[in-house]
Amino acid sequence: MIEELLKFFGSPSNREMVLDALAEHTYLSLVPLLLGFLVALPIGRLAQRVYWLRGMLLGAANVFYTIPSLALYVLIPGLFGWPLLSSNNVVIALTIYTAALLVRPTLDALESVPGHVTAAATAMGYRTGRSFLTVELPLAVPAIASGVRVASVSSISLVSLGALIGTGGLGKLFTDGFQRWYPAQVLIGIVLTVLLALVVDLLLVGLWRLITPWTRAGGRVLPS
Amino acid sequence: MDARGRKGAPELIVNMIAWLADPAHWRGPEGVPAQMLLHLYYCVLSVGVAVVIAVPLGLYIGHTGRGGVFVVGVSNAMRALPTLGLVTALVMFLGLGVVPALAGLVILAVPAVLSGTHAGVRSVPTEAVDAARGMGMTPWQRLWQVELPNALPLLIGGVRSAMLQVVATAAVAAYVGLGGLGRILLGGLAVGEYDQMAVAALLIALLAVFLDGVLAALSRWVVPRGLVLANTATHDGS
Amino acid sequence: MIEFQSVHKQYGNGTVAVQDLSLTVEAGTITVLVGPSGCGKTTLMRMVNRMIDPSSGSVLLDGTDIRERDPARLRRGIGYVIQQAGLFPHRTVLDNVATVPRLFGNSRRDARRRAAELLERVGLPNDLGKRYPVQLSGGQQQRVGVARALAADPPVLLMDEPFSAVDPVVRADLQDELLRLQDELGKTVLFVTHDIDEAIKLGDRVAVLRQGGYLAQYAAPDDLLAEPADDFVTSFVGRDRGYRRLSFLDSQGVCPEQADTIRIGDTSADVPSRAGWVLALDHERRPRGWLLPDATVDGQLTENQLLAGGSLYTEGTSLRGALDAALSAPSGLGVVVDADGAYVGVVTARHVLDLIESRRRSVTTEGAVP
Repeated sequence: MIEELLKFFGSPSNREMVLDALAEHTYLSLVPLLLGFLVALPIGRLAQRVYWLRGMLLGAANVFYTIPSLALYVLIPGLFGWPLLSSNNVVIALTIYTAALLVRPTLDALESVPGHVTAAATAMGYRTGRSFLTVELPLAVPAIASGVRVASVSSISLVSLGALIGTGGLGKLFTDGFQRWYPAQVLIGIVLTVLLALVVDLLLVGLWRLITPWTRAGGRVLPS
Repeated sequence: MDARGRKGAPELIVNMIAWLADPAHWRGPEGVPAQMLLHLYYCVLSVGVAVVIAVPLGLYIGHTGRGGVFVVGVSNAMRALPTLGLVTALVMFLGLGVVPALAGLVILAVPAVLSGTHAGVRSVPTEAVDAARGMGMTPWQRLWQVELPNALPLLIGGVRSAMLQVVATAAVAAYVGLGGLGRILLGGLAVGEYDQMAVAALLIALLAVFLDGVLAALSRWVVPRGLVLANTATHDGS
Repeated sequence: MIEFQSVHKQYGNGTVAVQDLSLTVEAGTITVLVGPSGCGKTTLMRMVNRMIDPSSGSVLLDGTDIRERDPARLRRGIGYVIQQAGLFPHRTVLDNVATVPRLFGNSRRDARRRAAELLERVGLPNDLGKRYPVQLSGGQQQRVGVARALAADPPVLLMDEPFSAVDPVVRADLQDELLRLQDELGKTVLFVTHDIDEAIKLGDRVAVLRQGGYLAQYAAPDDLLAEPADDFVTSFVGRDRGYRRLSFLDSQGVCPEQADTIRIGDTSADVPSRAGWVLALDHERRPRGWLLPDATVDGQLTENQLLAGGSLYTEGTSLRGALDAALSAPSGLGVVVDADGAYVGVVTARHVLDLIESRRRSVTTEGAVP
């Protein structure tokens, strides 16, 4: 096995192919993650503020969440008249998936901000927008964060599925490796996908820790 | 029709209807009904096996509180495993067949069921568990009469999410020589017949929506009414 | 000055929270809104900073209708303290207090300097500023809440049940602290509580509200106890209002007598020969307890040979303390101490009651209406 791996990486064209696939995979999973978050945030806020819209928005999010990404990879090019192998298909499909996944956690996170805290912000003269950006959103971050972590792992794993119909990313190592009956290549693809998910997850955790120092203060009362 | 470019939605819909209207596509072992049933069979079987594995495990770690961190960590790492890669690798090592393909789908389904079950047991109010203990229930009685019923909403939520992922991914079975809607999709790809791919994608989506609806109905049927009321009460109150 | 001019609040579902209510809150005083839940006291208070707008009627702040003011700007000029303190969990204590100065556009440094001053003013140590709210006790959080409300030096302070979530001992501390601060700052304070004792302790004026948003009585606390306007107020101020009212009678005329005393560490030879109660003092003349009549002392007198004393009456405070001291002492002799806690003398319940009687007579003969 090790011999096979060494042989695989011994070839410059293989190395280049793996790095390209990794780079493309990263792009195809992280761009939708960011876009999906940016879409889910205003929808979650709207669902929080406008009570009668809430059921409708959550229902729509649930329907979009139910539609398999693979189906979207195939249907989007037909609906928009794009080439089947355009990377836009994957980006749009996963953006929809991520946004649909994040609407509910975003709403729950915003709802979980204690009423007395938002009341205090209003009473001190915060306007709605400022209160949202500087008080409610920071306090909602820890709860939204767990949703974003699930979404990042899922989209990284879903990008590979696109290889079934020929789109790029590490999934190509699977189809290509299968056709050439080259197990080492498939294993490398699996390991890199898991590593990518792990690294992104660690970076996200690090980011949350950086922007939410108060969550590490601990719940105990210190002696004065 | 070639698979590289099209004019847009109206033409796509017309062509899909035309494809579906062809009776040849509905007959025999390669027809839509047969492949749909096969797809359904793969999904229900994989999720069923995942439930048999993950529910007892989730109940155990939730009930005892032991090994929770480890199991949740492993199941999160499992989520990152790409099913397509897993299935191709399993086939390469174990040979072609139903088992390697479905093993990949089971591995896909386990984390969602496991974390749903675990979260469900952990969400049971500690007062209720304390009261059960105080009334003299044995650990088994506590598990069956208090923890499991209270864990059901989140547990079934986990099964629903597992089912969605499996339905969406079961097309990989066709890639390693098995059937299902993936076969129609990949068959279309092989011969450059985009309409056929689009129909298969649509059918996969419809199957997903249908199965999710069935599980939602099941959830409404088995979740104790008191819990449903308690949940709506807290949601209205907030 | 805050004026409520026949304000009325009806919600969409038909519930009336405040019923055509008029009330004037004098500048520089503490006015307490008190009543059972559902009496509209919080609604009334929230009208002042436009967290709730009245359905009809108007609220004037220093003569200006607040509806002419932009809500956010209006609120920055009104301090607001609520029950759970409403501190921002994601900001340090110092930055919490600096919030409103920052909203006013002060630099971070100036705002923090101001915040540090305020923490000191409400009796919190300086190094607390670096902590997060979860790391404080309930009482400390409330103090931070008060500091935050005072940070922009607003002339008006709204306090919505600010002390009801802390334990009784801490609550009493916070109440004393508020009265001390008010002596220094002279704010116009509108204070909401459901606790009539708190209302009587803190309020210069007390407005009693009853369910449905009616104003039952608006009076100084002493008058509230002396002459409740109706059955509702009578039952709300409670059974022992006659006794509680003694809080408002000053100490004029109290004249302590001397009791027999002994020092801790004295021997039996020093015990006065008379067969009465003997008060034991420590070396700074602070009372420690009582020795029974005819008691003997084994060797040197130690504290565990004593009977615990009753409450102490500090010279110059209200008659309630004097009567309580007499009633709670095992000897029936209320111990009077000076501001430093040193023994001055003793009073009997009879003496205090006579004093109350004589005051009542003098009021009646002068024909004054109480």
